[in-house]
Amino acid sequence: MAQASQYWKARLIRYLFMAAAATSILIVVLVFLFLGRESVPFIAKHGLGAIFGGQWQPVSFENEQFGMLPLITGSILVTLLATVLAVPFGIVAAIYIAEMASAAEREIWKPVIELLAGIPSVVLGFFGLVVVAPLVKEVFGLTSGLNAFTGAVLLALMAIPTIITISEDAIRNVPQSYKEASFSLGASKLQTIWKVTVPAALSGIVAAVMLGVGRVVGETMAVMMVTGNAAVITFSPTESVRTMTATVAAEMGEVPFGSDHYHALFVIGVVLLLMTFGLNMVAQRVLRKYRIG
Amino acid sequence: MTDHSAHISAKHLNFFYGATQALHDVSVDLKRSRVTAFIGPSGCGKSTFLRTLNRMNDIIDDTRVEGQVLVDGLDVYSGACNVIDLRRKIGMVFQKSNPFPKSIFDNIAYGSRIHGEKSRRVLEEVVERSLRRSGLWDEVKDRLDHNAMGLSGGQQQRLCIARALAVNPEVLLMDEPASALDPRSTARIEDLISELRGDYTIVIVTHNMQQAARVSDETAFFYEGKLIEVGVTKQIFTNPTEKQTEDYITGRFG
Repeated sequence: MAQASQYWKARLIRYLFMAAAATSILIVVLVFLFLGRESVPFIAKHGLGAIFGGQWQPVSFENEQFGMLPLITGSILVTLLATVLAVPFGIVAAIYIAEMASAAEREIWKPVIELLAGIPSVVLGFFGLVVVAPLVKEVFGLTSGLNAFTGAVLLALMAIPTIITISEDAIRNVPQSYKEASFSLGASKLQTIWKVTVPAALSGIVAAVMLGVGRVVGETMAVMMVTGNAAVITFSPTESVRTMTATVAAEMGEVPFGSDHYHALFVIGVVLLLMTFGLNMVAQRVLRKYRIG
Repeated sequence: MTDHSAHISAKHLNFFYGATQALHDVSVDLKRSRVTAFIGPSGCGKSTFLRTLNRMNDIIDDTRVEGQVLVDGLDVYSGACNVIDLRRKIGMVFQKSNPFPKSIFDNIAYGSRIHGEKSRRVLEEVVERSLRRSGLWDEVKDRLDHNAMGLSGGQQQRLCIARALAVNPEVLLMDEPASALDPRSTARIEDLISELRGDYTIVIVTHNMQQAARVSDETAFFYEGKLIEVGVTKQIFTNPTEKQTEDYITGRFG
């Protein structure tokens, strides 16, 4: 009898844990289904080609336009710029903290960086509006500082702590014996870092970059506040752009339920999801390529 | 007649980890083209002493050296010594084999590359020569592009020896190079040391006294951070001068 109750107890606990694990899968599936269901009516009516239209004019009396290309290019432009700013900076900072800074210095750097990671994006948005945008305006001699570059600077600020923290862990996990081998062959500190430590930590660094960029792609609030939100196709950093995330966030609240516009916003969500999905796939590929085994 | 003058001389060397003194007034001459074995119980300072010779202790925080280490008459702790040239001249093999997570070729070519060699042809020559020297060539010549981590423990250690030889050192420091290997691999490493004997000044730290007796010309016995006795291996093992050396060799402690 006691044995049987033991058995059922073990079973029960197992199922409880399984339910917890299954919930996350269920939610992902539900999100996919829901996004799919809400975006199908738009695709059915306007066709897939509508996504690549060049004009986003969802509210108009004569001719509504749901071309998402400006939003997609806007997101890509801001993300690319942010990546270009954040990745070198983050990796170099991580190398410094992991390999060059003294133990006492590290005690200061690490909490400060974690603090930076904890700043709410709205607060960073304020900082962008009040400090970065005017600065960008001055430096580039523009009429407005609300543009892709300003947005990218803020996004870089958000990605950098992630990149630094995870890269630094990866770099510090490189066995001391590799570095000793390098030094014993007459390599300098810098040679050892570039030719041994960083390559050995590369999979972790790539993961750090991907997580950082992932945060950038999905970020909404700060970019909405500082990019100017003009839905135009441009690849100039000093022009206003409108990202996909900002579009959904800004327009969802006012859109008539069930309208074309409403469904179009869900299509944006699907495109965004596919983009991050693709990014993850690329990251996995890169990781596999560099993972040495 | 081979020159067996002092290649490396330590003079009144003291070494500290923080406040702990690990070496006490060590003075010794290590002879050119000879194999010198350092023996002694764990923690006796033999590895620490070995690492002072190519300044590998520099990379450990909070350490301090007093006294001199002369390599070819030049004090390695003086401002006149370039640590990069020093380590080029004095190769090192570690207790745990530590190939880089790169291909076999890139492991061996690493030293030449960091010292500026770019020609693929020259690098290929260096790789082949070094691998032949360490007796690994026939085993790996068809898979030089494979990752070195895929080799067996004994092969990895011979790869590390080849990597050290690739930069043409004059001295080879070996810190218990066979302690993590099985008996067969150990025998191969010992054979390799015998083959290299005469061409390089070799210093080997070992826990294994039979190994010291087999491979070395001279033996130095360390105990509690002090150099107790140094002399011709045969004499140390058959007729040591110091009581402590005799006790250790006959297995009374250690």
